[in-house]
Amino acid sequence: MAMAAAAVLRRRGSQALLSAPSQVASMGARYPAVPQPEIAILGARSVSTQIVRTRMKSVKNIQKITKAMKMVAASKLRAVQTRTENSRGLWQPFTALLGDAPSVDVKKNVIVAITSDKGLCGGINSTSVKVSKALLKMTSGPEKETKYVILGEKGKVQLIRDSRKHIEMTVSELQKNPINYTQVAVLADDILKNVEYDAIRVVFNKFQSVISFQPTMATILSPEVMEKESESGGKVGDLDSYEIEGGETKSEILQNLTEFQFSCVMYNAVLENGCSELGARMSAMDSSSRNAGEMLDRLTLTYNRTRQASITTELTEIISGASALEG
Amino acid sequence: MLRHAAHRLASRAAAGSISRRALATAPAPAEAGEDPAFVEAWKKVTNIIDPPQTPMSAMKPRPPTPASIPSKLTVNFVLPYKSEITNKEVDMVMVPATTGLMGVLPGHVSTIAELKPGVLSVHEGNDVTKYFVSSGFAFIHANSITDVVAVEAVPLEQIDPNLVQKGLAEFTAKLGSASTDLEKAEAQIGVDVHSALNAALTG
Repeated sequence: MAMAAAAVLRRRGSQALLSAPSQVASMGARYPAVPQPEIAILGARSVSTQIVRTRMKSVKNIQKITKAMKMVAASKLRAVQTRTENSRGLWQPFTALLGDAPSVDVKKNVIVAITSDKGLCGGINSTSVKVSKALLKMTSGPEKETKYVILGEKGKVQLIRDSRKHIEMTVSELQKNPINYTQVAVLADDILKNVEYDAIRVVFNKFQSVISFQPTMATILSPEVMEKESESGGKVGDLDSYEIEGGETKSEILQNLTEFQFSCVMYNAVLENGCSELGARMSAMDSSSRNAGEMLDRLTLTYNRTRQASITTELTEIISGASALEG
Repeated sequence: MLRHAAHRLASRAAAGSISRRALATAPAPAEAGEDPAFVEAWKKVTNIIDPPQTPMSAMKPRPPTPASIPSKLTVNFVLPYKSEITNKEVDMVMVPATTGLMGVLPGHVSTIAELKPGVLSVHEGNDVTKYFVSSGFAFIHANSITDVVAVEAVPLEQIDPNLVQKGLAEFTAKLGSASTDLEKAEAQIGVDVHSALNAALTG
């Protein structure tokens, strides 16, 4: 008897539940601003499914956004890549003439670190910063002075934390307009005017392929150091054996040569770093959308399981109530 | 208790794998063209980060100076936005150096020449290709390779003589009315370039 009463209560309870949503649904109809069609269908047990459903919606949006960012990066990369490859011939004559002296030991070193302004581009900025910091340690010593010139916001943010006193100058918003040689030449001129240097080391990521970027360091010596190295038979090749055709003194020509070399190397470096940034962003966004897809699958499974469990529970209650009444 | 056991097991496994990994890694071999002194100095500072590549390793090594004078000159002509001529074998190159038009033949003594605005001509047999160069540098190496690096260059056919005349008149006027040193210098450069263009078109 008590069981039957309990069963009736349960049935009426489930009926009450079924009616409540209809009331809510009618409320929803009267106040269309109230967003409750989901509650209307499933009743009070939908709370957990609603949470899952909100999460699914946000994860789906994230997936769409990251996919779009990947497409944008891919299209920009195609444009910059051709220009980068065309500019690769620019620094080769200088290296052929002057050789490369990365291990040169001088008093004043300037490290030009090229990083990006925007984030979400994988680990290339951290790699550049790590290499720059190691270079700082390598070139520091008694009577020696090393300074940073930072291009790009991300590098500035990372280096300003612990090396603030070493930073000489920072430049940002480099990639706002498509890069051309004149712009980089002006920037190089600016740097050379404001910074005293014996050797400049430019740190950037060389673009090898869409998924591989190699941190690279190019060294440019000041004209005085170059003369000294060539006289002492260092790695500068046989600079002395070259006749200077220019009418003016050798040091003036060397000065022009250094400035020209710096602007050419900077142009190539900025382009290569831009390419690497876009490639890294492409792969970062690609893995992000893939992760979002996997997360979405897992959430869908959870959602379905919860939904089916709630339906089964309701059915069980109704059926047991009905069988209790009959039997 | 089970939780602690699992934790201890995980930490031991991690430690074991790390030590195994450390034993397994061999030092990375130096790449061709790398500067060993640089790699040495780098390794002293840090062992975790690989040393950065240097431009030497990205470039093909140049051939050494041959014993006898070769018959042809190899020319590389590069601009910031493209490599105009790469490794082309020619007979003669005339470069507009600041001291005047300079002819380069195979076996020319090694020279560094600064260029002024003028005409660069490449002679290959009977055909001559002429470019107007804005300025740059020319390196003539002992192994009969010539590198010309210019900021801007256009084939002569693409220059419009009317615009050249207009530009020349404009800059001459600016030079006359210039007040500050900077304006004078800019106007002078404009006049130089345009007169060189004029000479290139007529001469």
